Amino acid sequence: MELTRRDALAALAAGGVAVGTGALLEGNPFADGRGASSTDAAPEERMASLLAVAEVVYPTELSGVEEFVRTYALGRVEERPDYREGMVEALDTLDEYSKSWFDDDFRALDAETRATLLDQMGVDTASPAPEGADADRVRYYLVNELLYALYSSPTGGKLVGIENPQGHPGGATSYQRGPREGGDSR
Amino acid sequence: MTDRTPSEGADVCIVGAGPAGALAAHRLAEEGHDVVILEAGERFDFEDRQRRMERAIRPAHGPLSVWEMGGERDRFSSAGEWFYPLNAARVKGVGGTTLHWQGMVMRFHEEDFASWPIDYDDLRPYYAEAERALGVAGAADNPYAPPRDEPYPLPAFPPSYSDSIFAEACERLGVTMHSVPNARNSEGYDDRSACVGYGTCKPVCPSGAKYSADHHVEKAEESGVRVVTRAPVQRLEHDDAGERVTAAVYATPDGETHRQAAREFVLAAGGVEIPRLLLLSKSEEYPDGLANSSGAVGRYFMDHLFAGSGGTLDTETRQNHVGFITSECHQFYDDPTRGTEGSAGGVPEWSGEKEEPKPDSIKLEFLNYAGPSPVEMALTGEEFGDDLLDTLREGYGNSIAMGGLVGQRPRKENRITLDSSTTDDHGNPVPEIHWRVDARTKSSLRRANEIQHRILDELGVDVSWTVGPESTGPAFHHMGTTRMGSNSEESVVNAQLRTHDLANLSVASSSVFRTSGALNPTLTIAALSLKMADHVDERL
Repeated sequence: MELTRRDALAALAAGGVAVGTGALLEGNPFADGRGASSTDAAPEERMASLLAVAEVVYPTELSGVEEFVRTYALGRVEERPDYREGMVEALDTLDEYSKSWFDDDFRALDAETRATLLDQMGVDTASPAPEGADADRVRYYLVNELLYALYSSPTGGKLVGIENPQGHPGGATSYQRGPREGGDSR
Repeated sequence: MTDRTPSEGADVCIVGAGPAGALAAHRLAEEGHDVVILEAGERFDFEDRQRRMERAIRPAHGPLSVWEMGGERDRFSSAGEWFYPLNAARVKGVGGTTLHWQGMVMRFHEEDFASWPIDYDDLRPYYAEAERALGVAGAADNPYAPPRDEPYPLPAFPPSYSDSIFAEACERLGVTMHSVPNARNSEGYDDRSACVGYGTCKPVCPSGAKYSADHHVEKAEESGVRVVTRAPVQRLEHDDAGERVTAAVYATPDGETHRQAAREFVLAAGGVEIPRLLLLSKSEEYPDGLANSSGAVGRYFMDHLFAGSGGTLDTETRQNHVGFITSECHQFYDDPTRGTEGSAGGVPEWSGEKEEPKPDSIKLEFLNYAGPSPVEMALTGEEFGDDLLDTLREGYGNSIAMGGLVGQRPRKENRITLDSSTTDDHGNPVPEIHWRVDARTKSSLRRANEIQHRILDELGVDVSWTVGPESTGPAFHHMGTTRMGSNSEESVVNAQLRTHDLANLSVASSSVFRTSGALNPTLTIAALSLKMADHVDERL
């Protein structure tokens, strides 16, 4: 199933970001993040790390993930520098653990090792919290950020069998339709 | 800088900017009066509603954070046999608790007014006005509802697919389903959009399709009303004779205290803060609390309780597309013991033992948000990727459930008092809630479960949960703490909603209810508020 720009815009709307459908969302959400230094990852590397997280937490039957994540993340942090900083720090935290345990950046690991790392950090069972411990912040700023974007979007909903998931303003007719008309596209 | 100094020459001072305060303010301003509202909480920017919705969905943020409830300002004590979670039950701010309500708005049945000093016909024109003000979507298809002369201002929301699943079983049992009157736009109304199905009605509607009282606060302001936010009233002062209120003393964030004078005062701060304020305002003339010659202030606290049951079917049920209910049943309201007859045998009569109290009114609901929401499941899951998707698919799709409300009878011992051992951010004793659920209420809950289980069994539901007498909780409808009555020795306000003791002090709230019924109270609050405003207008 393919994620589209429309899904990204819908997911952004669920987070309170009003983006016109004609708006051009190109670029890198981490391009002007604060706190950059010579030792920090470059913006494109950070974007690659976020996509590497998406590769673990998103189901494999999805396509169009890169454009979806890039568009969503850009809109998400565009006017929220503190939020961008939270995401950047969470990505840096992932890299720190990754280098310590697997001698490489998170984005350089294979998908299975990335999943192992998230599990070993305790991200799977962490309590998401923007001010919490390492695993809690990774869960909040990266994992749950991506899951919220996906499963509140029309395509993410359809994956599960609900074309108008909570958080998506999909109108007041889908609830009236039965399964055959409802577009359960599993 | 925000001006929070008192208004000069105010005709009316209203405490609270929830639905009762907003509607009264608007009406009185339209009549040409100078009105000021003192609101303890803040004004929430409409533009932030989607971010508040995200807070409601994402597990990192507690439910109280959506509307910034709790903390020192909202400290309370729960001293009764049952814990009362007060801070989950009300919002302080412009719009009040309608910011996070469900939006169901029914007229009370005629029998509900049996012990009140007014009857259904007294309130009937005000109910119609309240329905127009809130923009109620409904249909006259409820054979058990009280009589009405006019159509609802908006067409009812069509029944859901899952309602149609219930309809077949209910038909076989002789149980009547009908529409729910919703304070939610089924089409554009009063400069607010139609519902777009965000699915998060409670605790937040990002589109504004669900009515909230900030809408009427804005209308009131356009008519000249002044709203002072973050101005919690500390006490009311009265004249030497103890006959009239002279000022509301309120605090502001800068640490100042001000006195707002007015000719008339209206308390519209909900069923807990209104009695608390009266108790805090005790004086030599009123040593037990202002307007409390009867001793009834704070007493007869009532709430509705939830009864429900649900499980799964071997078919898709299409839940969680919207966050509201489209079908309900009042068939067991006026006589909850009755049985029904249908082709499949019907619901049996009440099975109570002789020593068990007879149940009171029951309202039944057919839920459209049974079972898990996939996005919420994903955010709390312990798996990722394909494993997570498998779990979501397994968990979502075939849940189904019924809900319902039962009420409590007024009992003196259920009450709001002051807890002087705990103080709020201004040093005032906090409200202490004494609440228990008695045997009759438990009978009503058991009867509700009995009916629900019969319907679910007929449907073939694999029932996995039931909320009943031993596991229920309050519906957050605070009623009864400044009850209405003709006798000043046992009630706080008269039929005009004016306190027996003070000639210029009125109450607009479910706190004036004498009985709770089993129907959501806000439409009755709105109707009573409009009636009260007319009486205030007559006196000015």
